[in-house]
Amino acid sequence: MTPVRLLGIGAFLIGVFVLVPLFIRLSGRWDLYYTLTSVALLSVGAAGVWLTFYIGRINIGQGAYALLGGYVSAILVTQWGVSFWLTLPLAALTCSAVSVLIGLPILRLRGVYFAMVTLVLTEVARLTALALPITNGAKGITSIPLPGKLSIFGLTLIPDFATLENPKLAFYLMAAVLMVLTYLVLWRMVNSRLGHLCRSLQQNEELSASIGVNTAMLRVLAYAISSFFGGLAGAMFVAISQSIYPSSFAVSDSVNFMLYCFLGGLGYVFGPLLGTLLLYFGWDLLSVAKEYQLLIYSGAMIILMLVLPNGVLSLLDRKGGQK
Amino acid sequence: MEQIIANGLYLGAQYALIALGLTLIFSLMNVLNFAHGQMYVFGGFVTYTVVAQFKLPFVVGLLASAVVLAVMGALIEKFLFRPVIRKSKRDESTMLLAAGIAFFLDAVILLLFGEKQRGVPKIVNGVFNWDMRIIMPYDRILIGLLAIALIVAFILFMQYSRTGRAMRALAQDRVAAELMGVDVDRYSMIGFALGAMLAGLVGGLLVTITGVNLGMGGPTSIKAFLMIMIGGAGVISGAIAGGFILGMMESVGLTVLAAYGDVTYLAIFAALMIFLAIRPQGLMGKPWG
Repeated sequence: MTPVRLLGIGAFLIGVFVLVPLFIRLSGRWDLYYTLTSVALLSVGAAGVWLTFYIGRINIGQGAYALLGGYVSAILVTQWGVSFWLTLPLAALTCSAVSVLIGLPILRLRGVYFAMVTLVLTEVARLTALALPITNGAKGITSIPLPGKLSIFGLTLIPDFATLENPKLAFYLMAAVLMVLTYLVLWRMVNSRLGHLCRSLQQNEELSASIGVNTAMLRVLAYAISSFFGGLAGAMFVAISQSIYPSSFAVSDSVNFMLYCFLGGLGYVFGPLLGTLLLYFGWDLLSVAKEYQLLIYSGAMIILMLVLPNGVLSLLDRKGGQK
Repeated sequence: MEQIIANGLYLGAQYALIALGLTLIFSLMNVLNFAHGQMYVFGGFVTYTVVAQFKLPFVVGLLASAVVLAVMGALIEKFLFRPVIRKSKRDESTMLLAAGIAFFLDAVILLLFGEKQRGVPKIVNGVFNWDMRIIMPYDRILIGLLAIALIVAFILFMQYSRTGRAMRALAQDRVAAELMGVDVDRYSMIGFALGAMLAGLVGGLLVTITGVNLGMGGPTSIKAFLMIMIGGAGVISGAIAGGFILGMMESVGLTVLAAYGDVTYLAIFAALMIFLAIRPQGLMGKPWG
């Protein structure tokens, strides 16, 4: 099992870092870089949502944290001249801190109530961004400089993006690295003691509390990690689009994050990754259908749900069961 | 002050009607119907088509909305939700389906009715004016009264009819209801159809005043979620209370907070967060839905 898995991971990494750039260079479809960068970043956000699903909560509020992370990064870069690479962890940590404050009361809710509160949270984030003076209201923050260079002890790790002849490729690699790291962390977490505890929350919260699991702490922790990923994704998005508006991440984005998780499969760590790829890429490919784009997209989603209600990755499950 | 209360009541009556449909579907099937706002918009467009394009009376349009949406709801339950609920491991999987249906209805509305804002001519003219203290157009009063009449009719139906009793039993305990001989599948379908019909009726009512457009679906769903959170999910009295409370808060907020810009909804959301921290199940809900 292990060599097969290692081989799979190796193939995935080669695919992401070698084959995709090669394919794009050969085919000349440079626009694909933007799509794939978005897929990578959205899957980082979706990984966070998936983690809240893992403790048995439906999270439709990731858009709020993506927006918050984006604004933190944008404000730090434009108004205080902080290097982007420093704002990236700062934005994510801010999101975590805020999510602890918000999570403490709302994580007591369950089921549909939690889902609805988080949905409302997205709307709160948008309205707050509109109302606060520091976010510059509906005009948003624009012309944010590209990420500068990152060097440690004089060793340049990442060159200045503005001097690169092909920032698209750089952004893609950046996002891909971030995605790989995120899923590595997530995978490690799920297969650790923490992951087992989270699963016990998903199955029966009272029971796990009764055998001494600190459920309150655990769910806030999971939510904070989830929001960390959301902030990370948001901050990177802002760096790429070089602008942020209150509507950059709206309710529809929050819902989409949730859909990516569902589509890939809630029981699988790499479910959100696959779900994001299928849905976002599929949406992009369908743009040839013009006015029927949404019709085909949503139709396909409904049919997929009818055929595979437990996510695309449940296909693997069935094979395993037959053995 | 009287004006604010009158506005709040008028808003609350329509809101309550939207929330009723949503809460009915939720209580029967444990499905959070993301497509509720889109169903409402669809109903509005059906009424618009019947009244403004076929030149038929408004009542016919309203009935057409109700029938079209009821049929749509029944079909959606029978062919989409029922198989997915049966096959999926986790209840939440229906949310993806509901969101998919919301997108699908958006696409259908776009293709059938276009993206323009549509409205029908006023059904009654004139403005009610009570000594300059309450000023309200007659058509708004009529729509408000119609909405209240529909709410009353709905409560009576749920309370005294055989179907209503069966649905209440289903909401209380699905297994027990089945054991007592209630045809669960049939009443789930009727309940979903009824919920969708209510959404269609509100759409039909409101098209005479505010008109409808494609973009209204999502925000309407969010407002409906707010209402059932305030009142408690799956409880009929809660949905009505939530609707009127939200309508009143919106009406008061728009007047009182107007000086600070567009912050009414921000204030409502903040208040809701605090409220839910103290009382997670809403005003009248059962704990954990």
